[in-house]
Amino acid sequence: MSTLAVHDHGVVHHEDGHEHHHKATFLNTYVFSQDHKYIAKQFLVTGIIMAFIAMSLSILFRIQLAYPEKSFPFLTTLLGHFAPNGRISADFYMSLVTIHGTIMVFFVLTAGLSGTFANLLIPLQIGARDMASPFVNMLSYWFFLMASIVMLSSFFVQSGPASGGWTIYPPLSALPKSMPGSGMGMTLWLVSMVMFIASQLMGGINYISTVLNMRTKGMDLWKMPLTVWALFLTAVLGVLSFPVLVAGVVLLIFDRSAGTSFYLSDIVLNGSVQPYEGGSPILFQHLFWFLGHPEVYIVIMPAMGLSSEVLSVNSRKPIFGYHAMVYSLIGISVLSFIVWGHHMFVTGMNPFLGGVFMITTLIIAVPSAVKTFNWLATLWRGNIRFTPAMLFAIGMVSFFISGGLTGIFLGNAALDINLHDTYFVVAHFHLVMGSAAIFGMLAGVYHWFPKMFRRMMDERLGYLHFWLTFIGAYLVFFPMHFMGLEGVPRRYYAFTEFESMKHWLTVNVFITWSAIMAGIAQLAFAYNFIHSIFWGKKTVQNPWNSNTLEWTAPIEHHHGNWIGEIPTVYRWPYDYSKPGHDEDFIPQHIPFSQTMSSNLPHDFEDNPGGLAEHTKWTDAQKANEAVK
Amino acid sequence: MGFKHLINSKKTLSLFAAFVLFGTNLMAQTPAQGDAATVDKGAMWTGIAYYVLLFLVASVCVAIVGKILRVYDLTQKMQGKKGINWNGVMGICCAIFIVAGMYGSYWSLTVQGAMKLPEPASAHGGSIDDMFTTTTILTLIVFVITQICLFGFAFVYRGSDKRKAHFLPHNNTIEKVWTIIPAIVLTILVVFGFFTWQRVMTSTEVKGDINIDVTGHQFAWEIRYPGTDGKLGSTNFRLYTAANKLGVDFKDRNSFDDLSADTLVLPVNKSIRINIHAQDVIHSVYMPHFRVQLNAVPGLPTFFKFVPTITTAKMKMITGNANFEYLLYCNKICGSGHWNMQKVVRVVSQAEYQDWIAKQKPYLSDQLRKELHFADSKPANQVSASNRLAVNN
Repeated sequence: MSTLAVHDHGVVHHEDGHEHHHKATFLNTYVFSQDHKYIAKQFLVTGIIMAFIAMSLSILFRIQLAYPEKSFPFLTTLLGHFAPNGRISADFYMSLVTIHGTIMVFFVLTAGLSGTFANLLIPLQIGARDMASPFVNMLSYWFFLMASIVMLSSFFVQSGPASGGWTIYPPLSALPKSMPGSGMGMTLWLVSMVMFIASQLMGGINYISTVLNMRTKGMDLWKMPLTVWALFLTAVLGVLSFPVLVAGVVLLIFDRSAGTSFYLSDIVLNGSVQPYEGGSPILFQHLFWFLGHPEVYIVIMPAMGLSSEVLSVNSRKPIFGYHAMVYSLIGISVLSFIVWGHHMFVTGMNPFLGGVFMITTLIIAVPSAVKTFNWLATLWRGNIRFTPAMLFAIGMVSFFISGGLTGIFLGNAALDINLHDTYFVVAHFHLVMGSAAIFGMLAGVYHWFPKMFRRMMDERLGYLHFWLTFIGAYLVFFPMHFMGLEGVPRRYYAFTEFESMKHWLTVNVFITWSAIMAGIAQLAFAYNFIHSIFWGKKTVQNPWNSNTLEWTAPIEHHHGNWIGEIPTVYRWPYDYSKPGHDEDFIPQHIPFSQTMSSNLPHDFEDNPGGLAEHTKWTDAQKANEAVK
Repeated sequence: MGFKHLINSKKTLSLFAAFVLFGTNLMAQTPAQGDAATVDKGAMWTGIAYYVLLFLVASVCVAIVGKILRVYDLTQKMQGKKGINWNGVMGICCAIFIVAGMYGSYWSLTVQGAMKLPEPASAHGGSIDDMFTTTTILTLIVFVITQICLFGFAFVYRGSDKRKAHFLPHNNTIEKVWTIIPAIVLTILVVFGFFTWQRVMTSTEVKGDINIDVTGHQFAWEIRYPGTDGKLGSTNFRLYTAANKLGVDFKDRNSFDDLSADTLVLPVNKSIRINIHAQDVIHSVYMPHFRVQLNAVPGLPTFFKFVPTITTAKMKMITGNANFEYLLYCNKICGSGHWNMQKVVRVVSQAEYQDWIAKQKPYLSDQLRKELHFADSKPANQVSASNRLAVNN
């Protein structure tokens, strides 16, 4: 129904009539809601819970790395046979890193981030009543929740959760006898992933069709906020790349249970010759990374979009180089499909292919650099308002720089020979896609919290949360670069057997305590989040003096977002501190006729009528001046 | 919001009280069972309770500081003054952070950076390290400038009611500049990287002076040297037996004189070709001191060719560590023993190498002979030491 609304702005109560068909019950309002705003909240809360779980897992394996020979009885109480004698077992350590990575990458930074903000912001910022298909949108959430539950249920399997690393390379993941985690745990991982991808596709198709078809009057593509651009391109990436992972996963399921040899050949496992022949483990890596690399941009691009918006609003300045920002997002999206091979430089792939992937990889650094410089230019000569959201957006830029620069090392095939799979890689991606993306997400949560929950979060707790997390993340990941430079491999249960790695033990202790500090800081966020939902200060309609359309919608939520007509859009979303205007912001729905004093000839590039009016008005002003 | 009515402070409080009551009841029952294990657990729980208490105390402190700030803020406002200027405070925090952060990065770079690998012990390692140094210098310059700009701007342009931001939507010239400059720098890095990579990985002369087979399985490496003929016999995974762990095919004549070794011993300044195999799952041959890494993939034999240039003895002097050994270890997750899958690599002089190889056992062990029903009379691998010398030179 709501698709019709695009063409029917004049019909004021059109949707209201539609609403009367079904009564609002507890079930369809709070559980199986089809309202995009409520689905966004469901994604957010699920995402936050998953984030806390994944973070706790990381603290567990950090304890093992810092105190490899110490016994902690509470671990046995907590984990049972996974941690005999107070020490996490080597198998369970692998499970911890695997599930930590899987949950963080897919469940938090893909579904939690895109799911929350695409659902919340796409309809509200482009002026639509809801998503193109609210029912499919609801299904998207429930598939995600089922995937989460299945993934977590693997902790209750006797042989433990999947443990082949989040990249689940076969043959390790394909042969149940190769490690305990490749048994039932791996099956659950694969089932969960298939459901997760179904969820992503249903969400993604919805986001794309909503952005393309349901923009309000006047909202052409070049008037969309960068958040919508980023979320739109993210959805495109997801829709194009996730199916490839399904293909990979299904073939892996066949190899595991139907005795096929897509990924397997020439295998002797524990002294028994296996019948597999003719497959290639490298094939899986190609399929995995064909999703896997766009995936890291699926993770970071929404964070970029959210940060761009937050930086612009709180600098009280237009985003610098709006067109360049959009084109660089498009450039990143296109290039992200042809760089996957840089994860495979040393897999035995043809070295010439490695060289080609290295070229494409380093090209993708150019649009990323442009984005960074544009963010810096946005801050320059701004009037910066330090809300917690703003601090997190600044933190996001800082992490993106620090982590992005080390990408230039890893994208270089020659350097990757020695850095591949070391702690240098761990440091790199935790900064550039882990910390940067989670900071973008937190910026979004602090910024749009009033829109979601109609109350404000506590700013001072936000400040505390920011500084502890920001400093904590740097303390955790910065030293890891140097471990990598000494050739310390990732996914090692302990470094006690290597004389040369023992001198990193003190560093590991330091990193673990920094991680615990950063982890505890998240409790400040959790408290702030929950407390503010119920008892926070009530918000005003436009708390940040922002230009975008979502702040023209009433504070009280309605299914259909706006009561009466959806506002028409006349201008781009970044008219902050425009000279000649009395306020430092002009929302998108204010026509140029109401802001004659601040209009610029540039505003009428494709509007000759408007330009004529503008020239007439300025001429009249000049004439008045002359008379005076 | 319907939830709001479900949860109000009174109900929460009573729930909490009930929880505490029942919680303590449960706790009280546990020691009542009274065996040794529970005593231990009791100690453990006091340990955890200590940390929980510590956390609660810290939370209370944070809350008190928060309240004090709030009271201060309110009294200021009541007196008609302005409250705390958080923009100013956060701006100054940014400034402090960038100064402290830059010092921290410097400290980390010099102290922890000094713990990096010693100079490369292979011929191609030098070019990789040069690339690394160039990239480090370039990225560090960008790192310092952009981070200082980021936090510097945040500090300098911190908000105030008196100012209005500068309306600057775009500037095509400067945008072109900062698109083209990174493009040029990256092109240079790509070109050098590409040629270095090609030089290291592809060589038309793929046959090294010495061919060595390294095979990974859970969780160890097997090493096979060629015998006098300098050629390794072919393998087939179906021929695997307990005595023939690599599945060497003895229909191939080259197989008979192959040697098995415990340590990877390499003569200095000789071109070494390591043939990399895996039997069960993917492993990775990683020898960081030689800047060598390549995955071992079942069904996809690969090789890495390199020239070791520094002997173990010399590296002991360079690192000042009398126990120094080169290592080969696994760098691709391969199961629960992944973290301890190492082999010592020893680089020695040519003479030492020949002494060592003369002492190595043939791969075709007595047990394997029995298995294959070979006649005991004619051992194929008994060749005089002088012959072996000639071939290996």
